[in-house]
Amino acid sequence: METRKIEVPVMADLFARGEKPEYLFWVGCAGAFDDRYKKVVRAFAKILTHLNVNYAVLGKEETCNGDPARRAGNEMLYQMQALQVIEIFRTYDVKKIITICPHCFNVFKNEYPDLGGKYEVINYLQFLNRNIEDGKLKIDMASLNNISITYHDPCYLGRANDIYDEPRSILKKLTGNLVEMHRNKSFALCCGAGGAQMFKEAEKGDKEVFIERTEDALKTNAKVIATACPFCMTMLTDGLKYKNKEQEIRNLDIAELIAQSIDL
Amino acid sequence: MTKQIVFATILLITIGAFSYTISRIVRFFRFTRPAFPIKDFGKRINVVLTVAFGQTKIFRRPVIGLFHALVFWGFCVIIFGSIEMVIDGLTGTERVLTFLGPVYNIIIASGDIFALLVTISIIIFLSRRLFFHIKRFEGIEMKKITHIDANIALSIILLLMVSLLTMNTGYIEYKALTGEASVGLFPVSSVIAGFITNGQAESFRLMYEASWWTHILLIFLFANILPYSKHFHVFMSIPNVFLSRLDPLGKLPNMDNITREVKLMLDPNTAFAASATDAPPERFGVKDAEDASWKNYFDSLACTQCGRCTSVCPANITGKKLSPRKVMMDLRERMKEKGPLMVKNGRDFNDNHALLRDYISEEELWACTTCNACAKECPININHPTLIVDMRRYLVMEEASAPGEIKALFNNIENNGAPWQYSSEDRLNWSKDLEIKVH
Repeated sequence: METRKIEVPVMADLFARGEKPEYLFWVGCAGAFDDRYKKVVRAFAKILTHLNVNYAVLGKEETCNGDPARRAGNEMLYQMQALQVIEIFRTYDVKKIITICPHCFNVFKNEYPDLGGKYEVINYLQFLNRNIEDGKLKIDMASLNNISITYHDPCYLGRANDIYDEPRSILKKLTGNLVEMHRNKSFALCCGAGGAQMFKEAEKGDKEVFIERTEDALKTNAKVIATACPFCMTMLTDGLKYKNKEQEIRNLDIAELIAQSIDL
Repeated sequence: MTKQIVFATILLITIGAFSYTISRIVRFFRFTRPAFPIKDFGKRINVVLTVAFGQTKIFRRPVIGLFHALVFWGFCVIIFGSIEMVIDGLTGTERVLTFLGPVYNIIIASGDIFALLVTISIIIFLSRRLFFHIKRFEGIEMKKITHIDANIALSIILLLMVSLLTMNTGYIEYKALTGEASVGLFPVSSVIAGFITNGQAESFRLMYEASWWTHILLIFLFANILPYSKHFHVFMSIPNVFLSRLDPLGKLPNMDNITREVKLMLDPNTAFAASATDAPPERFGVKDAEDASWKNYFDSLACTQCGRCTSVCPANITGKKLSPRKVMMDLRERMKEKGPLMVKNGRDFNDNHALLRDYISEEELWACTTCNACAKECPININHPTLIVDMRRYLVMEEASAPGEIKALFNNIENNGAPWQYSSEDRLNWSKDLEIKVH
């Protein structure tokens, strides 16, 4: 099959040409640097191209928005990062932001307004679900052979921002075999990476949180664990490796599942 | 008349003692920091109707939640009878609210039915605490005294309900035997009365009187025990729900004092404008009870130590030391210790103890994933994560104390603009050789 090269549009280039995209796609640090998660960002960029979305990324101008520093108690560093980012957004007159990472989503949506940064912040699952419902993104349920999928709610989409329905509604378009873990939606157990835990060893205890959560997922007998957060992906992929299940069960992001199903 | 005088005296003592205790607690609030302005009254009333009166969050555990809801709804109904008893006691009337007619019958009948339902629920609660091993009621923060506290409170409620039923039963029998017309409807007590086949009118009058006094004196006693007990919850939970933080759980409160400093750093021109504030610099974050916000302290007083928060905490589930319930209990305990000292010696008084380390260890604070499971679970909308992060803020910004990896994280963000040691030059590497299939 023929392929076409995608040039990911960069804000500075567009600006130099006097163009202004509708959306800023905030890639996030995990999207930029985590090898596994880069694949998720690539899948989502393909979908954006497929949908002819008028967007751009900040590229080299992107910097940490300060979220992990804030959760770890470093309000000073958080605000320094945040005010820098707000300044960059102001330069490019950013109005709408699409994020994949729920932590970035939360900080932009709920916390930047306190510092004067007010935007329409859209999580990629909301964006994808809207495009599916509008009929712009057509998914053929047969493409994934009705594979069994279980969905792990990221804390910062679920409890933090009450986004439970969009991922499920998308996944129900991808398979007729969506199975819930016994702790789901607002009852979902954290993967263990939130609150800057991602960047440190866990405190002394008798179990790792990611193992406890992986066990929840394994109990469903699903073949795919769908995630929607870079940290959850790291944790649950580690969990599958720990349980020697990485051959049988795959941990995929919802964007990857969509890209796969429409064969991009 | 003697009865009225005795009653009025006891009532005065009760109110006096209660006011004294409450005024002490209110004084401690003066030492706390601001939280958020109380506005959006429509939303707040809605939260009270759903979370408090609808018991929506307690029903996250449907079975045991139902029993709690029965107790709560029972209290809401029975309180009308208690108010009537106070009026009767003061004025020498008997069942003064009778003039409400059918409404009165409904109130009294539901109170009678709820007395039984609450009795059953409390027996279940007591049995769970006394005879079953319920994980939620255990943990490092659950001392012997906390269990005794819980059992005393439950026993008093049980006695309150039993005395209400014996009062109603005595009343029905006494009225029936003397031929006087009784007022109110008693679906449960009439059944109980049906089992009693012999007895004198006088002994039933005594039963009625004795139960009446037992019931009302227990209420007075209970009211004065509550502020010292975890069951202060009875008074504090509805106000606490009304004063809920209405922000999304994911949002942390902004530190405006930091914003001023950061803006100064980024734009030195504002330095002169900002220097007008002469207020002494406040400690960043929370080290001790007085650094917590009034809402944190309110939360700690409203907490009834049910442990739903801790039972869903990922850190606690996997054996870490953190327990969100303990954080709330520690704040209340520390204020109880330091509050009186601050009343005497001023807010700046240092007793060489602190909430941090003497009560809550760094190990506990660093174990939190800020997943908000605790806050979501709390039946009365207590928010633990904001306090935990505020304590981390103190550690990091005042003491530069954090686990090594977290310090490295800060360095990376400062130097590379990312939590990892990568160059921003590489931020677009993911997009190299990206291709899409042409269908």
